[in-house]
Amino acid sequence: MPQWVDACAVGDIDEEDLIRFDHEGRTFAIYRSPDDEFFATDGVCTHEHAFLSDGLVMDYIIECPKHNGRFDYRTGEAKGAPVCVNLKTYPVKVEDGRVFIDVA
Amino acid sequence: MGKRDYSLIGPDAKRALETGLASAEWYHTDVPRKEMKALMQRSDGPAIRDTIIWLGSMAAFAGAAVWLWPSYWSIPFFLAYGVLYGSGGDSRWHECGHGTAFRTRWMNDAVYQIASFMMMRNPVTWRWSHARHHTDTIIVGRDPEIAVMRPPDLLRLILNFFGIIDVWHAVIDLARNAAGIISAEEKTFIPEQEQPKVVRIARIWALIYAATAAAAVHTGSVLPFLIIGGPRLYGAWHHVMTGLLQHGGLADNVTDHRLNSRTVYMNPVSRFIYWNMNYHVEHHMFPMVPYHALPKLHEMIKHDLPAPNRSILDGYREMIPAFLRQLRYEDYFIKRELPPTARPYRAEFHDLAPQAVAAE
Repeated sequence: MPQWVDACAVGDIDEEDLIRFDHEGRTFAIYRSPDDEFFATDGVCTHEHAFLSDGLVMDYIIECPKHNGRFDYRTGEAKGAPVCVNLKTYPVKVEDGRVFIDVA
Repeated sequence: MGKRDYSLIGPDAKRALETGLASAEWYHTDVPRKEMKALMQRSDGPAIRDTIIWLGSMAAFAGAAVWLWPSYWSIPFFLAYGVLYGSGGDSRWHECGHGTAFRTRWMNDAVYQIASFMMMRNPVTWRWSHARHHTDTIIVGRDPEIAVMRPPDLLRLILNFFGIIDVWHAVIDLARNAAGIISAEEKTFIPEQEQPKVVRIARIWALIYAATAAAAVHTGSVLPFLIIGGPRLYGAWHHVMTGLLQHGGLADNVTDHRLNSRTVYMNPVSRFIYWNMNYHVEHHMFPMVPYHALPKLHEMIKHDLPAPNRSILDGYREMIPAFLRQLRYEDYFIKRELPPTARPYRAEFHDLAPQAVAAE
């Protein structure tokens, strides 16, 4: 059962960037790709505790600020050492200028 | 605090986990997201330029040295080649290991592999050990890359200016890994699925060194080892000289890089060899910022950092007396003063470490 949550306004995220979104004790990362699509993943790196929102988005890659671990934020795929475990991803939809993520 | 145990599987390692020093929250200077994002941007240009100069110079110096061999006139060319190999390789290994030198991934990886070979550091093992160094910088029992343990082993430091201890350990590790053995300590920071890669690389390198040895025997000359492997000894001095300054004599078991890392202003040649890692507080605080953007980052946050040492010599004038005092009293460290514009050291970070009191 989807559980859509209003996370932010479209304009809150620059293109090729991300923001952190906290909801009910969980942390998510919401991305805006270079071609203006939105994606969401868990907000903490799977390698060690670091908030991905402090990292760098390059095309479709998010690079963790702590050890430069890289993930494809569209699929959550870990792209190699030092990250070995994929990120969990979440469905996203945009309605009336707002970004919603399904946190179920 | 009693004697420090630097083993990654010893009592200090256990204590760091129990007290929360391991994988702790570290202090960061506030930098607005837009400005940090601009600083973090990757670019191939500076690293391509520097790599062409680096490898091109090495080729030229090595060519001249071989051409002049066995004349004494070859010595200066070997010394120049050696420092680019045995010290320039260290900073390239480091920066490309972070993946920040180039924007293009394969370029980072290619230079990382070349530099790892030059420095005799297994690229898999050392990628993981360096990740731990950044997670737990100078946390006793957690950081596998503490160059100067307490009390300092000065003979070891001096020998390492010629790579002697490092190469000895590197050869042992290479032989052990090539035999398919991963040590208990290595297993603490290398994930299981990465361990076969350690063995594979070690075997490839063993073959390269065996071929170098065969060439030396065949030609009846040490020349092959002066080109491959040897520069890790005779060219190591610069990276040891600059590397000791990174954390030497400063605090351990703290969670603020301003307390355990040192920024030192250096001449442009050393900065080229060292790829700007003289901005070491800045690098540890923000490891995503590429080497070529560190001077700009330094200008942005220096109001919040201890004053940099003015030169390599100034850094050694501060560090050597601290080493000598640590011989008698190993809890001694240099507590660096913050400027009035800085946010103070936070007690809630450092009360984790009861020994973190300057012994002035």
